[in-house]
Amino acid sequence: MMDLKGVSVGFGAAYALRDVSVSIARGERLGIVGESGSGKSMLGLTMMGMVPDAARVEGAIALDGAQLARASERVWRRHRARKVAMIFQEPMAALNPLQRLGETVMEPLQVHLGLSRAAARDRTLELFAEVGIPDPEARLRQYPHEISGGQRQRVLIALALTCDPSLLIADEPTTALDAHVALRIIDLLVNLAASRQMALVFISHDLAAVARATERIAVMYGGEVIETGPTPQVLQDPQHPYTKGLLGARPGIGGETPGRGPDGRRKRLPTIPGTVPPLSALPAGCRFSGRCPVELPHCARVRPEPHRVSGNRIATCHLLGGRA
Amino acid sequence: MTRLLTPNLVLGAALVVLVVGMAALSLVWTPHEYAQMNMRDRFAPPSDIHLLGTDQLGRDIASQLMVAARNSMTVALIAVLMGGSIGVALGLLASAIGGWVEDLIMRIADIGFAFPALLFAIMLSAVFGPSLWVAVLAIAFINIPVFARVTRGAANVIWTRDYVAAARAAGRGKFAISRDHILPNVAAPVIVQATIEFAIAILAEAALSYLGLGAQPPSPSWGRMLSEAQTLMFMAPQLAIYPGLCIMAAVLGFSLLGDALRDLTDPRLTRSRQA
Amino acid sequence: MNALLQVRAVTRRYRMPRSSILRRGPVLTAIENVSFTLERGRTLGIVGESGSGKSTLARLIMAFEAPDEGEVLFDGKNLHALSSAELRLLRRRFQMVFQDPWGSLDPRHTVSWSIAEPLRATGAGEIGRRVDEALSQVGLRPQDGSKYPHEFSGGQRQRIAIARAIVTRPALLVADEAVSALDVSVQAQILNLLMDLQEDLGLAMVFISHDLPVVACLADDVLVMRAGQAIEAGPTAALISAPRAQYTRALLAAGGLMP
Ligand SMILES: Nc1ncnc2c1ncn2[C@@H]1O[C@H](COP(=O)(O)OP(=O)(O)OP(=O)(O)O)[C@@H](O)[C@H]1O
Ligand SMILES: Nc1ncnc2c1ncn2[C@@H]1O[C@H](COP(=O)(O)OP(=O)(O)O)[C@@H](O)[C@H]1O
Ligand code: SF4
Ligand SMILES: [Mg+2]
Ligand SMILES: [Mg+2]
Repeated sequence: MMDLKGVSVGFGAAYALRDVSVSIARGERLGIVGESGSGKSMLGLTMMGMVPDAARVEGAIALDGAQLARASERVWRRHRARKVAMIFQEPMAALNPLQRLGETVMEPLQVHLGLSRAAARDRTLELFAEVGIPDPEARLRQYPHEISGGQRQRVLIALALTCDPSLLIADEPTTALDAHVALRIIDLLVNLAASRQMALVFISHDLAAVARATERIAVMYGGEVIETGPTPQVLQDPQHPYTKGLLGARPGIGGETPGRGPDGRRKRLPTIPGTVPPLSALPAGCRFSGRCPVELPHCARVRPEPHRVSGNRIATCHLLGGRA
Repeated sequence: MTRLLTPNLVLGAALVVLVVGMAALSLVWTPHEYAQMNMRDRFAPPSDIHLLGTDQLGRDIASQLMVAARNSMTVALIAVLMGGSIGVALGLLASAIGGWVEDLIMRIADIGFAFPALLFAIMLSAVFGPSLWVAVLAIAFINIPVFARVTRGAANVIWTRDYVAAARAAGRGKFAISRDHILPNVAAPVIVQATIEFAIAILAEAALSYLGLGAQPPSPSWGRMLSEAQTLMFMAPQLAIYPGLCIMAAVLGFSLLGDALRDLTDPRLTRSRQA
Repeated sequence: MNALLQVRAVTRRYRMPRSSILRRGPVLTAIENVSFTLERGRTLGIVGESGSGKSTLARLIMAFEAPDEGEVLFDGKNLHALSSAELRLLRRRFQMVFQDPWGSLDPRHTVSWSIAEPLRATGAGEIGRRVDEALSQVGLRPQDGSKYPHEFSGGQRQRIAIARAIVTRPALLVADEAVSALDVSVQAQILNLLMDLQEDLGLAMVFISHDLPVVACLADDVLVMRAGQAIEAGPTAALISAPRAQYTRALLAAGGLMP
C-alpha cells in the first residue's frame, strides 16, 4: 500500500536518506532498525510527508497508487490521520499538558470525521477500550501527567487510530518505557495490526523489540537500507557485515554464553570499530566502508548494488555481488 | 538564523543602543553645558543651536536629557549590581543548604518582595536626607529578593544534575560546588533577569527623582525633569514629553531585550508561547 | 580482611508531597530490607525495571543520602556514621558513573577540569599526569582534555565520565545504567572498556541496569530487584540457567531476540 522507490532526502550536499526503497503491504508489520543518526526517523517522516522545509526529496513515493513525492502539504494533509498516522517516542511531549485526555482524542473525531460530541465521546471510549486503557470513563477527565508513561503511550495510539489509518508509523514507541511496559505496548501494536488489517512500521534501535514486533525488517546505516528480509531470518543469519556487527555487539543470553574464557578473563563482546561518521563525512561508496571489518579495496569509492540473497532477502554489499 | 532576530530583540537592542549611546556620548560631549542657564532664551523652540529647544531656565534640553540618561543608568547599574550580587549570593546559599535555612531565606525574601521601594526610599531619606544614594540603595534593596528567587530556582535545578552528583562523589564541598558548577550554570537566567531589572530600576529611579528622593539639583534626571515640567504642562508640554519619551525608550528597550534574551535561552518558553 | 562493601538490611522511605494541607503526604518505600556483600575485584549486577529502587540503592552506597534503617559498610566503615570530612576523604576510594552521558559532565568546564575534580577535592599531587593517564586508560588522547563535553559523542562522553571515576584509583565503581543510553555498537565498546579496567585495575563494581543480558555479560553475581525488594540473587550463570522467580524469567524473555 505504501511504496518508496529510490527516495533520497538531502540537506545541502549531505543526504539524510539515500536511494531508499521500501514497500509495505496491507496488514504487514515492518521493522526499521539502525543506530542513532542512521535515518530511521527521517524515513518515518518521509512516509508522513513531514520532512523539514529545508530538505530536498527525490524519488517516488506512492500511497495506495497515488504519487506523493512532489505532493503539496494540502494533499498530504488529506492522507495523514486517515491513511497514515504516526506516534512518537516521548509520549509526554506529544500530549497537550493542559488538555484532558478525552478532549485530546475527541477533537480529531469531531473535526475530521464530523462526529457529534456525544458520538465522539462514545467512539473515544471504544478506542480507549481497544488500546487497553483500564476504566476509560475516568480517563476522559484526566490530564496527561496523571497517568503513567505506558498509559500515555496507549492514549497516543488511540489518538493515532481515530481516523482508522491503514498504516501506523511508530517511531521508537517503547524507548522511553521500561522493559515490562514496553513488551505490553509491542503486543498491543501487533494485535491492533492483526485485528484492523493495519500495516505497521515499527522504528527502533532495540533489536529485541523489533524482533518481537515485526515480520519483516529493514536495517539502516548512514541513510541507506543495507539489508531487508523476514525478521527471524535476518536476525538468525545476517548477510550484511554491518548487520552481523550489530547483532554480534548485542549481549545475548542465547548463543554466546557470558562468563570467563580459559585464561580466566571475561569474554569481550565483538565490536564494530570506530563510530558513525557525521552525514557530511559519509564515504561516497559503501556507507559502511571505513568501519567494515571485511572491506574490499574499492568499497569506499564504488557503491554496492542491492543483491537478492534469497527469495525476499536483499543485502547491499560488494561481497555479495550485484543486481537484485 | 532568522529565528534569532525576533522583532523584540531588534527593537529592544536598537532602543538600548540609542539610550546607552546618549549616555556614553555625554561623558565626552554635549551640545551645550547642561546646567548653563540663559534667562533671555527661555522656552526656545528647536533650532540649529538648541536641537530640542530650551527649558524654563533657558537650559539646553538635549544636553540635559543626555546627562540625565547617564545619571539614570549609573544609578540603575550600581543598584542592580549591588542588589543582584547580594540576591545571587543568598539564592546560592539557600539552594546549597536547603532545609529550614532555605525556607527562612526565601520567606524573608518574600517579605522583602512585598516591601515597596518607595517606602524604603522615604525611610532612608528621612534618616540620611534625600540624595542619589538613597535612590541607589532603595532600588538595590528591592532587587535582592528578585535575584535571590531567580537564582535559587535555577540553582535547585542544577543541584539535581548528574554532574553535581559526580562532584559530590568526588568529595567536593557545597561551597566549591556552588562556585564551580552552580554559579556558571545559573548565569544565563540571572543575566536575563538583570536586563529586565535594569529597566525596572530606570523606571524606579525616575519615580524617586520625580518625588525628589533621587538626583538633586542641578544634576539632571529624567524623573526630575518630568516633575519640574509638570507645573508648566499647558505652557510647554514638550518639557514633559521629552523626558517621558526617554524613560519609555529606556524601559521598553531593556524589557524587550530581556524578554528576547529569555526566549533565546529558553526554547521551551518560545514554543509554549506560540502554542 | 573484611569485605569491600557490605549492605546490611537497608530500607529507604520517601515522604511524597502532601496533596492537602491537612494531611501529611503518603510514605513510599523505595527499597526495603536489601542486603548483599561485595568482595574486592568482583562485579555485582543489579537488574530490575524502572522504579524498582536501583538508583536509590546506588545513592545509598555512594552516601548521597542515608538509609532509614540498616547500614552500608565500605571496607568495614559505616559510611553514614562518618564525619563529613572523613567521608569526603574516603570518597576517592568509591566512585560512580551515571546513566546520562549528556548530563553527567558540566558543559561549562573542559574535560580535563572535570576529570581532575576528584583529585582536586582530595588535594592529590601530579594532577596533570594522572588526568592524561586516565584519558589514555579509557581510550582517549591527552589533547582531548582541553576540549568541552559538547564536542564529544555520547560514547566518548561516557568514556570521559569513566576516566573521572577511575582517576583516584578507587577500589569500587558504581555504574548506574551506564550503557543504557548508548547505541548497541557503542554500548559493546563501553562494556569491553569496563571489563578491561576491572581486570587491569582490580576494581570491584556494582553494575546497575534494566537489561539482564547486559548485566550477565560482566557480572559475577546478579541481584534482581522488584518494587524495592531483592527477590532473587545468585551467581550469574546459575541465575540465567535456572531462574527461580517468575519475574526473572520475564526479564530473560524481554532481552531475548527470538520471540
Ligand atoms: N527523591 C525522591 N523522592 C520521592 N520518591 C523517590 C525519590 N527518589 C526515588 N523515589 C521513588 O523510589 C522508587 C525507586 O526509584 P529509583 O530511582 O531507585 O528507581 P530505578 O529502579 O532506578 O528506576 P529508573 O530505571 O527509572 O531510574 C520510585 O518509585 C521513585 O519514584
Ligand atoms: N533538519 C535537519 N537538517 C539537517 N540534518 C538533519 C535534519 N534532521 C535530521 N538530520 C540528519 O539526518 C540524519 C538521520 O536523522 P534521524 O532520522 O533523526 O535519525 P534516527 O532516528 O535514526 O536517530 C542524522 O544525521 C540527522 O543529523
Ligand atoms: S560493500 Fe564493502 S565496505 Fe561495504 S559492507 Fe560490503 S564489504 Fe564492507
Ligand atoms: Mg530517531
Ligand atoms: Mg535509575
